Amino acid sequence: MAVISRGFLGRKRERRDDLPPGQYLTEDFPVLSAGPTPRIDTAEWSFAVQTESELHQWNWQQLHDLGPEDIATDIHCVTRWSKLGTSWRGVSLDKIFETVKTNYHFVMASSYGGYTTNLPLEDLLGGKAWIATEFDGAPLDPEHGGPARLLVPHLYFWKSAKWVHGLRMLPKDEPGFWEQNGYNMYGDPWREQRYW
Amino acid sequence: MTGVWKVGTVTAVHAETPTARSLQVEIPEWPGNLAGQHLDLRLTAPDGYTATRSYSIASAGPGTLVQLAVDKLPDGEVSPYLVDEVRVGDELELRGPLGGWFVWRPDQAEPVQLIAGGSGVVPLVAMIRAHEAAGSAARFRLLYSVRTPGDVFFAEELAGLQKASANLDITWVYTRRTPDGWPFPAGRVSPELLADATIPASDEPTVFVCGPTSFVETVADILVGLGHPAERVKTERFGGA
Repeated sequence: MAVISRGFLGRKRERRDDLPPGQYLTEDFPVLSAGPTPRIDTAEWSFAVQTESELHQWNWQQLHDLGPEDIATDIHCVTRWSKLGTSWRGVSLDKIFETVKTNYHFVMASSYGGYTTNLPLEDLLGGKAWIATEFDGAPLDPEHGGPARLLVPHLYFWKSAKWVHGLRMLPKDEPGFWEQNGYNMYGDPWREQRYW
Repeated sequence: MTGVWKVGTVTAVHAETPTARSLQVEIPEWPGNLAGQHLDLRLTAPDGYTATRSYSIASAGPGTLVQLAVDKLPDGEVSPYLVDEVRVGDELELRGPLGGWFVWRPDQAEPVQLIAGGSGVVPLVAMIRAHEAAGSAARFRLLYSVRTPGDVFFAEELAGLQKASANLDITWVYTRRTPDGWPFPAGRVSPELLADATIPASDEPTVFVCGPTSFVETVADILVGLGHPAERVKTERFGGA
């Protein structure tokens, strides 16, 4: 049973259907990272998908040749802030996977700097995930994951790997960085899948 | 279990700075925690509305008495309650311990450089306490950046440890106003200062940096520039960008 906190009333509030349980709204764009921010020149940048049999690679220009699109979405961080109506530009993972053949159903995303996070492949397909290169009409700042980050806004934001460098297809789900350090394997904000 | 809400009772409160205070909370079901971990704290209003925030834990070890230290955010919802309202005997709901990355374990023998901005010192104090409690021979160095002398958390304890401990060295940095007679002008951390007052990369320390986002970004960039491998620099950031 919940303990009522003596003298606590909380902020004036309206019920919002677009805010997952346990989240609060922020106008800021807070940063959560485990280490220093890598700086990657777009001239050096590359993105790879490693399947059971093939390695697919894109450089910065080849990524953009796939056709970026505008994305309007809400984002939810496990540290409890949510930011609604954010605008991004990026390339849909559907376009990346058009030329990728795999029988594996799980993905380990990896980043410059060594960060990893795991996702089911189906969560990256069907217009639900992008490689984002712009935020609010400007190139993505390094501290927010630039030059390119994964954007998987229907999951907690640690799944949207900053400084994304590649995806490795896996036959079964394996834990990434935060998933080995106490956080949930899937991370659905609407089911509050924060921790182990 | 980490995921279960536990009830704790506030057993002591102490003003740390004009805007911050520490709370001792007795949590009978607390399983103990590693130095550097955090917890979730939940407040519930009479109508059932809840607000939850994460706070670093200043204490470490197997006990059920947990210490938090909370800085009041001007437009905060939970921190003003914890700093201004809560009193001894009040019950709080807590969940944790959480996080397995930004932690120091007593079996770590390598040198450790701690770098704190403001209330970012809280998880680093837990590490210093764990280091003392274990009688660890690992070399520990803390660089603690605050605006003014009145903004130091755990001031007496840290000053005492600085004198008493053979394996702990503390460097104070004042960004707005120094103590009277301080030999250096007030100023922010710089590459020169970090090169002078922290364990060099050649000694292969693990570095923990905690503070506001802009402070952590600045410090982590400088550390990488000084030759620390990025994977040995662990960071924890808070606040808006």
